[in-house]
Amino acid sequence: MTDRTATRDDGSDRADRGDRDDRGEVETHVYLCTGCPLGCRLEVDAVDDDVLEVRGFACRRGERYGRQEHVDPRRPVATTVWIEGAVDRRAPVRTAEPVPRDLVRDVVASLRGVRLEAPVRRGDLVVADVCDTGIDVIVTRDLERIGRP
Amino acid sequence: MPITPDRRHLQSRYDVVIVGAGPAGMAAALGARERGAEHVLLVDRETDPGGILLQCIHSGFGLHAFGEEVTGPEYAGRFLEQVLEQDVDVLTDAYVMDVTADRRVKLMSPRVGVHTVDAATVVLAMGARERTREAIRIPGDRPSGVMTAGFAQQLVNLEGYLPGRRAVILGSGDIGLIMARRLALEGVEVVGVFELLPQPSGLTRNVVQCLDDLDIPLHLSTTVIRIHGRDRVERVTVAPVDDDRRPIPEKAWDVDCDTLLLSIGLIPDAELARSLGAQLDPLTGGPVVSGTMETTLPGVFAAGNVVHVNDLADWVSREAQVAGEAAGALATGARRPDQDIRLIPGENVAYVVPHTIASDGTHTLSFRVRRPIHGPTVLRLGEIHRRKVRAVVPAEMVTMKVSPRILEGFRGDVLRVDAIAAEEVAR
Ligand SMILES: Cc1cc2nc3c(=O)[nH]c(=O)nc-3n(C[C@H](O)[C@H](O)[C@H](O)COP(=O)(O)OP(=O)(O)OC[C@H]3O[C@@H](n4cnc5c(N)ncnc54)[C@H](O)[C@@H]3O)c2cc1C
Ligand code: SF4
Repeated sequence: MTDRTATRDDGSDRADRGDRDDRGEVETHVYLCTGCPLGCRLEVDAVDDDVLEVRGFACRRGERYGRQEHVDPRRPVATTVWIEGAVDRRAPVRTAEPVPRDLVRDVVASLRGVRLEAPVRRGDLVVADVCDTGIDVIVTRDLERIGRP
Repeated sequence: MPITPDRRHLQSRYDVVIVGAGPAGMAAALGARERGAEHVLLVDRETDPGGILLQCIHSGFGLHAFGEEVTGPEYAGRFLEQVLEQDVDVLTDAYVMDVTADRRVKLMSPRVGVHTVDAATVVLAMGARERTREAIRIPGDRPSGVMTAGFAQQLVNLEGYLPGRRAVILGSGDIGLIMARRLALEGVEVVGVFELLPQPSGLTRNVVQCLDDLDIPLHLSTTVIRIHGRDRVERVTVAPVDDDRRPIPEKAWDVDCDTLLLSIGLIPDAELARSLGAQLDPLTGGPVVSGTMETTLPGVFAAGNVVHVNDLADWVSREAQVAGEAAGALATGARRPDQDIRLIPGENVAYVVPHTIASDGTHTLSFRVRRPIHGPTVLRLGEIHRRKVRAVVPAEMVTMKVSPRILEGFRGDVLRVDAIAAEEVAR
C-alpha cells in the first residue's frame, strides 16, 4: 500500500489529530509481523519514511518490526553456486547480513556465474560488497575435495 | 569428509550406536559422550553428516540452540565440529540395513562391506520422509514433473538442476513456501501455491518472505483435483473446496504448468523401528517413547523426526540430547528411571511426545494443536499445571516444561494435555 491515495483505514481519526505536515500526508500501511505465530496485523502511520505510530502489535517486538519493515525492509539471502571437485555440485552461500529487500533478486542473479573450487570452508568469502551493498557473500558449508569417480 | 573409521578401526562393540547423522543423531552422540559413554558410533548413509539440513540452505535455524539465526548447513557444521572433538566414530556412506531387539546393528558400506556391530544401546535418528501423491490420491495422468518439494530442494540446492520452467505448488507447509521462493529466485515461474486448508500451514514469516515479497499468489481452501499430461505435466485442474474440504468441480479451473511440487507433509521414517517390533503411535507415525526417549524395546532410543515431525531443528537437537544422555547412561550401567505417568492428547491436541514421563524427572513435552487459536491460549496438563501462551497454530509445535515440583503430589497415572482458548477456560 504505497500509493499516495491508498487505504487509510480510519481517516477521520487522523484528521482530528491534525496529522498534516508540509512534507506530505499521513498514510497507514499494513504489515504482518513475522516475529511469532500470532502474526499480528500491524498498522504503521507514516509520512513517507517518518513513522508516527505503529498499532496492532501484541508485544514490543512487533512495534520495532513495523518500523523497520516500513523504513528499511531487509532480508537474509541464501542461494547456491557451482562448485568443482566436491561431493555435491552446488555450494550453499549467504549474505553475511540481511540486504535491502528490493535487492534480493539482484544479489541472487549476480551470483549466477560464480564457480568455486573445493575445498571450501564455512565463512569463506565468495563475493565482497555484493551489488554495492557493502555486504559480503560467504560459504555456509565445509566441502572437501574428493576425487570424482 | 571427516575422519571415518575403516574396517580396521571400526570396533565390533560400541556403548552407543546412532542410526542417522542429522541434527538428532549428532546431538544424541554429544549427549551420550557427556554421560560417559566411551565408544560412540554415528552412522549415516550419505557422504556428509547433517541430514536434511544440508539442503535447507536458508536461514532460520539455531535461534534456540545458539542464540542466533544461521542456515541449515551452518547449523549442521557447528554440531559436527563438536561431534568430532568428542572422538565420536563417524561412519558415512553406510546404510543401516537392520537392527535387532538385542541391539545388533547390521550395516553396509563400500568402505567396510557388510558389517555387524553390537551396541549396549541404540538411538534411532533416521528422520522423516515426504508424503507423496499416493498419500492423497490425485487422479489423472502419471507424467513426469510431479515431485515432492523436498526432492526439488535437493535437485536445486545440491545437484544444480531446476525441476522445470513453470511450477505449481500444492501445500503451503514451510518446505513448499521455501521452495516457491527458491525457484522464483532461480528464474522459474511459480504460478501459485494451493492450500486445502483455510489458513497457510507454514509460518507467517515464510508466507511474507517467500510469497508476498515475490508476488507469488497463495490460494487458500483450494486444491489440485487432476493432473494432465502425457509424458510431462502440461496442466493441472484446481478447485476451491467447501467447508468439509470437498472440491467444488463447478468452480474448477485449469492452470498451465510443467511441474507440480507436493508439499503435503512428512511422516517419520520408522521402518527400522517397526521391523524391530517397537510399538508405534498411530497419531505421530513414530515409535512410542518414554521421558528419556526410550522406545518400548529396552535399550533402543529414538529422537528427532523419526519420532514426530518437528518444525525446528533446535527442538530436534534438544530432544535428541535427552535421548543420547539416557542411552549413554544406560550403556554405562545407570538404572532406568520409572516412567509411570502416561500422557494423552486431549482437547485440541493432535499428539503428545513423550508418551510417558517419570514423576521425579524434568521433561519438555512437545505437542501440536489441531486447530489454530488466534489469541491467548491455556495449555493444561491435567488438573495440576497450566501455562498461558499468546496463540497456537498447527504449524508450530508447542512445548511445555514439566518439573518434579509440578508433579509432586500427583498420584494418578494418566495426565491429559489440552490447549484451550483462555476465554473458554474462564467460562
Ligand atoms: C525444507 C525444510 C525446511 C526446514 N526449515 C527449517 C527452519 O527454517 N528452521 C528449523 O529449525 N528447522 C527447519 N526444518 C526442520 C529440520 O530440518 C528438521 O526438523 C531436522 O532436520 C530433523 O532432524 P533429524 O535428525 O530428525 O532428521 P534428518 O535431518 O532427516 O536426518 C536423518 C538422517 O538419517 C539418515 N538415515 C536414515 N535412514 C538411514 C539408514 N537406514 N541408514 C543410515 N542412515 C540413515 C539420513 O541419511 C539422514 O542423514 C526444515 C526442514 C525441511 C525439510
Ligand atoms: S507483535 Fe509480538 S506477538 Fe504479535 S506477531 Fe509480532 S512478535 Fe508475535
